[in-house]
Amino acid sequence: MHLAYPAVLSALLFCTGLYGVLARRNAILVLMSVELMLNAVNLNLVAFDVWLSRTAEETLHSGQALTLFTIAIAAAEIGIGLAIVLAVHRNRGTADIDKLRDTAEGHETDAPAAETGAEKAEATA
Amino acid sequence: MNAVSAALTTAAADPHGFLSPTGVEIAFLLVGLVTFGAALVTVTTRQLVHAALWLVVTLGGLAVEYLLLTAEFIAWVQVLIYVGSVVVLLLFGLMLTRAPIGRSPDADSGNRWAALTVAVAAAAALVWVVVDAFRTTWIDLDGPAAGSTQATGASLFQNWVLPFEALSVLLLAALVGAIVLSRKAKAETSSPPVNSRAATGSSPSVPDSRNHPDGRNNPVEQEGGR
Amino acid sequence: MTTTTLAVLVPLLPFLGAAAGLLLGRTAPGFVRPLAVLPTLTSLVLAALLAVRQGGDRALNAATELTPTGSVPIELALHIDGFAALVAVLVGLVATCVQIYSTGYLRDDPRYPSYAALVSLFTSAMLLVVYSGDLMVLLVGWEIMGICSYFLVGHYWETPEARAASLKAFLVTKLGDVPFLIGLFALATDAGSFRITKVLGTVANGGLDHPTLIALLLLAGVAGKSAQFPLHTWLPDAMAGPTPVSALIHAATMVAAGVYFVARLLPVFEASQAAMVVLAVTAAVTMAGSALAALAQDDIKRVLAYSTIGQLGYMTGALAVADRGAAVFHLLSHGAFKALLFLAAGVIIHAAGTNSLATMSRMGHLRARVPDAYWTMTVALLALAAIPPFSGFFSKESVLGAAEHVATGHTEHAPGAAGWLVLVVGLLTALLTAAYAMRLWLLAFRGRGAEAPDHGRQPLPMTVVLWVLAVPSLAVGALAYRVLPDWFGGRDLAPTLTTSVLGTGVALVGGLVTYAAWRHSTALAARVPPPLSASLERGHPHGAVAAHPEGDAGRVEAEAIASHAPAYGDLAQAPDPSDPGRLLLGPLHRHAAVGFHLDAVYSALFVRPVRAGADLVRFLDREVVDTYVRGAGALPRWLGTAVRRAQTGNVQTYVSALLAGTVVLAVAAVLVATGA
Repeated sequence: MHLAYPAVLSALLFCTGLYGVLARRNAILVLMSVELMLNAVNLNLVAFDVWLSRTAEETLHSGQALTLFTIAIAAAEIGIGLAIVLAVHRNRGTADIDKLRDTAEGHETDAPAAETGAEKAEATA
Repeated sequence: MNAVSAALTTAAADPHGFLSPTGVEIAFLLVGLVTFGAALVTVTTRQLVHAALWLVVTLGGLAVEYLLLTAEFIAWVQVLIYVGSVVVLLLFGLMLTRAPIGRSPDADSGNRWAALTVAVAAAAALVWVVVDAFRTTWIDLDGPAAGSTQATGASLFQNWVLPFEALSVLLLAALVGAIVLSRKAKAETSSPPVNSRAATGSSPSVPDSRNHPDGRNNPVEQEGGR
Repeated sequence: MTTTTLAVLVPLLPFLGAAAGLLLGRTAPGFVRPLAVLPTLTSLVLAALLAVRQGGDRALNAATELTPTGSVPIELALHIDGFAALVAVLVGLVATCVQIYSTGYLRDDPRYPSYAALVSLFTSAMLLVVYSGDLMVLLVGWEIMGICSYFLVGHYWETPEARAASLKAFLVTKLGDVPFLIGLFALATDAGSFRITKVLGTVANGGLDHPTLIALLLLAGVAGKSAQFPLHTWLPDAMAGPTPVSALIHAATMVAAGVYFVARLLPVFEASQAAMVVLAVTAAVTMAGSALAALAQDDIKRVLAYSTIGQLGYMTGALAVADRGAAVFHLLSHGAFKALLFLAAGVIIHAAGTNSLATMSRMGHLRARVPDAYWTMTVALLALAAIPPFSGFFSKESVLGAAEHVATGHTEHAPGAAGWLVLVVGLLTALLTAAYAMRLWLLAFRGRGAEAPDHGRQPLPMTVVLWVLAVPSLAVGALAYRVLPDWFGGRDLAPTLTTSVLGTGVALVGGLVTYAAWRHSTALAARVPPPLSASLERGHPHGAVAAHPEGDAGRVEAEAIASHAPAYGDLAQAPDPSDPGRLLLGPLHRHAAVGFHLDAVYSALFVRPVRAGADLVRFLDREVVDTYVRGAGALPRWLGTAVRRAQTGNVQTYVSALLAGTVVLAVAAVLVATGA
């Protein structure tokens, strides 16, 4: 099979995820887009692993092992990410990324100080 | 895409023959189209829950691609973890954040055109580079499956044991972190929100259903989790 | 102990006392008084011992060079001749008296430790000037005196008068010190050394290239320090300091330094006829003008201050006729009786609670309250008026005699015109001096009206000192004119018949005329109260009176000075119709009271241009320079505003920019790598 097929598909999926990360408003959709990007990488890893295991007699199967690791890490990431999104939603009443502008220049008073403090405490916890 | 056309012309002379695709290639291409299309719908649909469901299609399509690449174990893990748990978690997240059912007009932020520009530029650059680099490379899928469970398991537990165990520590840390995030919020919430939804039986605080099944969440925590 | 060791100890002891006083002033208040009095007293004893040892013989010279200092060496040198030895004794005597007096005068003053230490430092600096054989070392003492006078005049810094006076004293003397410094450099360049002996040797050989320039530059510093016209204006205002400070600084030491300096380097000045004429003119203007001004002053201390300026004019007059013996003789006798006058005035101010003569003239029996001050001040005023046989008579006659000597063409050292000028103006000033001395005495002690307030006896240290100082004023003159020529190695100082008769005659005339004027106007005084500001009239029958007459003398004085301007509308004069000076001076009184408007002239010449310049600079700074600064700041500010707009807080925007940059960089990297 031509290696360009999985490679191009992977690149396209990655950029689709990229678009989602940059364009989506809801934080959970952003997380989904991140998953897309991760999966694009996984596809790359698998495809090159299969190619190298034949072409270069590579027996470590590093691509597949890394794919497994990526999947595990992605699972952990989605758990933590969702927990954070929920905490933000609980404190702010919104999960929209473009409404969380505490770091904006001159927008320090957007949220009440107590809430900001609570959120910071959670973020550091 | 000049690079692609260049790849076509050079591939024509190759013994593998770009114009005489094998069945696997055709299947890969079709499934890949479906996957890519589902991914596009995932990031563009205005219905948030649909996005999650289209994500299922994308991830499933990817699992099929893994199978086509003879990586069967990865394919099943993909189905189990991604389709089985991650998407479920995302759906719970959508519900818990009270995502609107149906079309929501503001699913995309104002950053949309910039995002589109960046994404298209990145895609063009990546595809150009990838095609330019690998236009004469073929994968030999004959012979024993490269990604069979036996091969993967042997590799994983012979050569990759230490990272594998370290990964378990990472998962533990993620587990603890998710619990701490939820617990702190509960301790600071003196009175539960008035319009909290009914508990749905699962909490987002559990990151990995594979190793740590749900069930240790009591109702109080779920209310606090709201 | 060798003579050199003695000489070194004399300035060193008060310096150590000052250092110890400053260090221990807060931690050990019990040591402050001994530390103030004892080193100065020891210095006096040592100076007297040194004077006896030196005995008018050959000058004592000792020098050591601490370190090479470039082309013209600076050495720690002593040059003690008869002048130095005797002036040091005077300085020690007055300083000791002032220190003892101050223990009583500033009894309750919280700042007494620093005050006493500064007085000690001042004394030490003056002794350094007196003994120094090196012009640079002399300059060190000279400048230390300047800064000490600044601090001491501003002792009552709570009052605006004291602040203004201290600043004025500092700035005006510095105005003279700058040319003085340049003059010293020029002199040392010509002579090749800062040593006085070498300088004098060079002058004797005619080796001075620019005598007139050097002499005039030095004269500027001397005029500033010795309060000669036109740099005398700081001295009357410096009376805002405590009375002992006035006695020390402005009668015996600091102002004497200028005269002493000229006396020491007289050959340098003699080398230039023009400088001698300038000196004579300065002396004449100073004498006459200050005597007229003294006649119009209301503040008792300002009368004495102008009198000091006038007597310093006599000394510079004597120097202008090239007789340093007469100058230093007058310096010595004047130092004694002027210190006495100031200290006695301090006692009177304390007793009367006022420094205003107009107010004193409406107090009866003031002399009964302060008998010591009354008698000693009478002696001192007689000495000031140059009535024989008091010391002032002999010293002043020696000055006039020297002037006559020159005027009649008996010497080549000084131009005859200078002699005539000094002689004529000196006689005129003798008349005026007697007049204002008489006026002061009459107004202070012959007042009529309500009883003077009784605050009990004056502190013992304050009265004893008066009698100590009265002795030289009373008796020493007759003795001194026979002995001093041995010390000074100069001309005979005995009074000549012509000038004695003339001088005494005009003095008597001046006194009698003043007495007559006083008799004429005193009838008014009993009837007409001094016109006061309405605000103060209800408080006290007299105008300018201290609010706390039972306090220590320093406080009473500070309050009296502070109350003068509000009561009479002016620091220097009082609109008192019964003042004999008003009658005597007529239309001139108004101008004399303000020092002939010299302050106004200075204000127009210096203060206003400087202020206008400052305003201009401020305008340029604010409007011109700042415009550029603001303009330079505008561009970065706009850039900053533009960049700040990117800080939207939207994470997606940030990531978009980041990834866009990454894509651009990656494409660039690929292009470079493929060589495209």
